[in-house]
Amino acid sequence: MSEKRTGAQVMCEALIRNGVEVMFGIPGGAIMPFYHAMWEYRDKLRHVLCRHEQGAGHAAEGYARATGRLGVCIGTSGPGATNLVTPIADAMMDSVPLLAITGQVASHVLGKDAFQETDITGITMPITKHNYLVKRAEDLPYVFEEAIYIATTGRPGPVLIDVTKDAQQATIVPDWNIKLDLPGYKPNYRPNLKQVREAIKLILSAKKPLIIAGHGIIMSGAVEELRAFAERTRIPVITTLHGIGAFPEDHPLSIGMPGMHGWVHVNRAIQECDVLFNIGGRFDDRVTGKASTFAPNAKVIHVDIDPSEIGKNVKVTVPIVADARLALQAFLNEFPPDNEAFAELHGHASDWMEHIREMQAKHQPKQQYLNRADTENMSLPPHDVYAALTKALNSRGNYRVVTDVGQHQMWAAQLIDWYRPRTHITSGGAGTMGFAVPAALGVAIAHPNDTVWVICGDGGFQMTNQEMATIVQEGIKNIKIAVINNGYLGMVRQWQELFENKRYSGTPLSGPDFAKLAEAYYWKGITVEHTSQVEAAIEEAYATDGPVLIDFRVEREVNVFPMVPQNKSISEMILESPHRS
Amino acid sequence: MKKHTIVALVQDRPGVLSRVVGLIRRRGYNIESLAVGHSETPGVSRMTIVVEWEDVEQVVKQLYRLIEVLKVSDVTNDPIVEREMALMKLHAPPSKRPEIVALTEVFDAKIVDVGANTMVIEMTGSPAKVQNFVDVIRPYGIKEMMRTGRIAMVRGARGHNAEEYVENANGHAERVPVMN
Repeated sequence: MSEKRTGAQVMCEALIRNGVEVMFGIPGGAIMPFYHAMWEYRDKLRHVLCRHEQGAGHAAEGYARATGRLGVCIGTSGPGATNLVTPIADAMMDSVPLLAITGQVASHVLGKDAFQETDITGITMPITKHNYLVKRAEDLPYVFEEAIYIATTGRPGPVLIDVTKDAQQATIVPDWNIKLDLPGYKPNYRPNLKQVREAIKLILSAKKPLIIAGHGIIMSGAVEELRAFAERTRIPVITTLHGIGAFPEDHPLSIGMPGMHGWVHVNRAIQECDVLFNIGGRFDDRVTGKASTFAPNAKVIHVDIDPSEIGKNVKVTVPIVADARLALQAFLNEFPPDNEAFAELHGHASDWMEHIREMQAKHQPKQQYLNRADTENMSLPPHDVYAALTKALNSRGNYRVVTDVGQHQMWAAQLIDWYRPRTHITSGGAGTMGFAVPAALGVAIAHPNDTVWVICGDGGFQMTNQEMATIVQEGIKNIKIAVINNGYLGMVRQWQELFENKRYSGTPLSGPDFAKLAEAYYWKGITVEHTSQVEAAIEEAYATDGPVLIDFRVEREVNVFPMVPQNKSISEMILESPHRS
Repeated sequence: MKKHTIVALVQDRPGVLSRVVGLIRRRGYNIESLAVGHSETPGVSRMTIVVEWEDVEQVVKQLYRLIEVLKVSDVTNDPIVEREMALMKLHAPPSKRPEIVALTEVFDAKIVDVGANTMVIEMTGSPAKVQNFVDVIRPYGIKEMMRTGRIAMVRGARGHNAEEYVENANGHAERVPVMN
C-alpha cells in the first residue's frame, strides 16, 4: 500500500518516476509547498535556481534540445508563470519536450483576482501542446503521467501543469496504478508502406532529386538511417537550420543549408529539382521564401509525424505521416534489393551533383570568407571570429554550440562545420532573442564533459545575461560565451540598410563593457578588437578552468549574405550589399 | 470564402470548448454558430461549428492536434439534416394575435407563452426555414430572440458513433525510444 503523501510530494515522485533528474525554476508563494517537498528528494531531483523564469524555461529547453529528454521548468503563479510564456512558445515552435510546472492560488480564490493570480492555462492554451489546471491532489499522479507522455511522444512539445496551492498541500494516498485514457491522441509512428513504395517509385524515376533533412531526423534519432538512405540513393542532402547535425557536412552528399540565408547553390538546386524528399522538416517560410514559387518543378514527398504539417505550406505529391526514423527504415527495407534498379538514378544523381558543385564553386567561397577586398579596412570582420572558432572546435572536438537569434546565428549556421546531431542548438521557429545564455546552462548540465560555446549578439546577450550568476552558483565551468558585438540589433539594421533606405530606427545599441560585466559575475572576461587577437582569446577561454566571456567587437555594419528578401522567391537572392560593386 | 459546417466529437473535459474556439479565433475567423451538447456516449460531446473559412482542410487537421478532439468531419457537402431552434418574444397585443397564430401554424411553430401583450414562440426547423419565419414575424415586433445555432447530422447509415472512438482508446500509442 502506498503511504500518505502531500500533493507536492506526489509531484516530486511523479517526476522521478518519469526519469526527471533536473529542474530549473524560481520559487514563490503559490509554488512554495512544491519547493518544501523537493528538498526531501534533492539527491534524485536537482533543482537549479535561475534568475528569471524566462531563463529557467530556456535552460530547460537547452537541456531537452541537447538530450531529447524532457526539460522541466518551474515558476510560481502570476508573474512567475507569465515569465515562462516566451520559452513555452519557443518550445512549441521548435517541438521541444518541455514540462512547465506553475503554482496557482488556492482553489477557493480562483477567479477572484487573488494576489499573484493569473489565468496561465488560458494564456498558454495556444502555445502548449496541452495544459492542465489541477485543483485536487488526487488528480496529480494521472495528470503528471499524461502530461509527460504527451510532451515527449508524437511531435514533442510543451505541456503546462498549473497546480493550486491547496492541491499541493493536501494529503492523499496516491494511486500510482495509472492507465492513460487518451482516445484523441494516437500519434502515428509507422509509415504506410503503400505510400513508401509510391515514394520509392518517384525517387527512382528522378533526374534531379534532393533530400531536405529537418529537425525530425534529430528528434527521432534517424541520423544513421538518413546516411544509409542518402548513400544508397546518392541524392544530395540539404540540412535545414534545425536539421544541422542530422547529416555531416563533410560528407560528399552534403550540400548545406537552404532558405533565407541559405547558400545560392542550395536554393538554386531546390528551384531546379524534380523530386524533393523532405523528411522531418516543416517547410517553414524561412526555408521556402514565397511558398507558391518554391520548387516549381518538384514532386514533393513529405515525411512528418504531424499530419497538420502535410500540405500546410507546400503541395505534396506523396504524404507520409510517420516517425522519421521508422519511415527511413521502411524505405531501406522496401528499396529494391539490387543496385541494378538504382543504376539509372545514380547516373542522374551524379550529373546533378556535379551541376550543384559547379554552382557552389562559383558562389560559396566569396560569401563564406567575405570578399577580402571589403574587409581590408576592418580591424575585426565577424567572419574571422567564426574561422578561428571553427578551427578550435574541429581540433578540440566535444563541443556544443548554442546560438541566439540574428546575424551571428546565421553566420554560425553558415560558417561552422557541423557533423553531429544536437551540437547546434538554437531558437528557430520563434526566433527568441535571449535564448542562448540560459539555454547553454541547460546544455552544460546535460553534457558536463563538452565545451558549450554560446554565440550571441550584443542585443540578445543583454536580454538574459543574468543567468551568468546561475552558472557560477551551480559551479558550471564548461560554458564559454562569444559575444559578436557590433553595437546594433544587427539583423534589423541589415533589413533597414537593404530595404528601408538606411533609416536605423531603434537599432543602434550600446552596452556595458561586457568583459567587466563578466568579471563582476566572477567569470573571466576578454575583449577582442582585432583579428590578430582572436585565436589567443579562444585559446585562453579553453585554458581557463571556468566560464569565460569573450567580447568580440566586430565590424559594425557587415551583412549576412546570401539573403532572400521576405516573401520573395528563393530564386531572388541578394548576394552582396548594393553599394559595393 | 465559403461557409463550412464542421461536426466534431470531443472529450467532455474542462477547457475543450475554449481550445476549439481558440484555434479558430487564431486565424481571425468569426464563428457564425456553434452548438455543443452531449453525444450518445457518456464523456463525449458533439459540436457543430459553422464558420466562413478558407483552407478548411488545414483547420480540420489542426483541430486533430488538440488532445481532446476525437473526430472532425467537414459535412458541408454531405447530405445532412440541419436544425436550429429560435425562441422569440413578440410584441403581441390582442388585436394582432390572430395573424400571429395563423403564421405560426403555417410555419409549424409553437406558441409556448402568452402574456398580456406578449407571446413567446418556439420555432424549430432547417436554418433557412427558421430564418424565413424570423423575417416574416419581424414586422410584428420582436422584443427578444434567442437562437441555438445549428446542429447537423449526416443522413443514412454514414456518420460516426462516438463509442468507437472511445473504445479504440484502450492501449495508447506506442512509445518509440529516441536514440542519441
